[in-house]
Amino acid sequence: MELSIFHDRELAQKILQGIRREAKKIGREVKLMHVCGTHEDTVTRSGIRSLLPENVKVMSGPGCPVCITPAEDIAAMMEIMRKAREEGEEIILTTFGDMYKIPTAVGSFADLKSEGFDVRIVYSIYDSYKIALKEKDKLVVHFSPGFETTTAPAAGILREAIEKEIENFKIYSVHRLTPPAVEALIKQGTVFDGLIDPGHVSTIIGVKGWEYITKEYGVPQVVAGFEPVDFLMGVFMLLRMIRKGEVKIENQYTRVVKYEGNVEAQKAIESLFDIVDAKWRALGVIPKSGLELKEEYKDYEIRTFYKVKPPELPELEKGCICGAVLRGLALPTQCPLFGKKCTPRNPVGPCMVSYEGTCQIFYKYGALF
Amino acid sequence: MCLAMPAKVVEIKDNVAIVDFGGIRREARIDFVKDVKVGDYVIVHTGFAIEKLDEKTALESLKAWEEVMKAMEE
Ligand code: SF4
Repeated sequence: MELSIFHDRELAQKILQGIRREAKKIGREVKLMHVCGTHEDTVTRSGIRSLLPENVKVMSGPGCPVCITPAEDIAAMMEIMRKAREEGEEIILTTFGDMYKIPTAVGSFADLKSEGFDVRIVYSIYDSYKIALKEKDKLVVHFSPGFETTTAPAAGILREAIEKEIENFKIYSVHRLTPPAVEALIKQGTVFDGLIDPGHVSTIIGVKGWEYITKEYGVPQVVAGFEPVDFLMGVFMLLRMIRKGEVKIENQYTRVVKYEGNVEAQKAIESLFDIVDAKWRALGVIPKSGLELKEEYKDYEIRTFYKVKPPELPELEKGCICGAVLRGLALPTQCPLFGKKCTPRNPVGPCMVSYEGTCQIFYKYGALF
Repeated sequence: MCLAMPAKVVEIKDNVAIVDFGGIRREARIDFVKDVKVGDYVIVHTGFAIEKLDEKTALESLKAWEEVMKAMEE
């Protein structure tokens, strides 16, 4: 496919020239924020921060759904596994690879597995569902984190499970919505001049899903894709708006994202889930930012059957500044534990565990700045 | 977990497709991409095709951008 042009160095150079010109005309420091682990990967892997002019700063917000999954929910799921066993039921727990390793004060799902529980890593909720179809006499629970992009697949599979009345398949929903988190950051005082919207969340919610952030908070936005050229174009488009004093939302990722988003997926999500206030690890409770299965589908939520009360847990280990990293207030290199006590092999905080965690991404690419 | 990647559809059976990520083939559900055909490119995220990739728009948008950049240089 001809899209290799999106890796094109010459084009990247041209866009960088445009960026430099715009930045010079603006003449003051400009802070741009993105809220996506995959964007952070693009930025760090291609050394974009070091290529940008001095006065253009790129901050990384809460772009990692496993990083913000509350420790209490991980602990509660572990409790459910133990309680089920006490009651003579063996649960097969499935979740994603990075969720599996997230540390809490009472351990991780990986620790649970080493205690002899059946915990399996899956690539997709579809794989989890297929296990349920095969092992009909066992209960399969998918611990289901994720933003809109991951919620859509969850809704697709649940819709089928409900239709086919597959009773041995359930989820533990820790799904979260992205725009309310951005809104919360703004309200809590994180200041930025422009926002790069996550391309794949936007695939689901559309440009439309972000519009209110521009209208209500006066923040210019660009929906951007994930090749270095996409991100650079996003930066350029934002700078141009800022220079002209325009407050708009533009779409750079037109090859994938539509204005109205993926309406089919939106309908599936809306038909199954209610929007509720929800806690984000290290960020507190964010109004209308979580998804809970609707009353009529409660039989597909494991918490309907097991009521457990996990202990109050500290959000983060002492010294871990994940909270500030997730708010876009600090970069990992400002954390005294970064690369010393805290590494991907021995992670202290969730931002170092996940492939999408800003700390792990910085570590992996050797922090080129 | 969140990485979503483009892949080419090589086979379709009901709401499951076989997609090719540059040599690696996997199953992907196509519940949310209507009228997808063999040969189309889709963005796949955790086992689901979440949208079709529109090659024509992609190339058009790049051309449009090159022109904007050129105009700015002048
Ligand atoms: S480097 Fe480790 S301890 Fe420091 S903020 Fe990141 S995850 Fe927390």
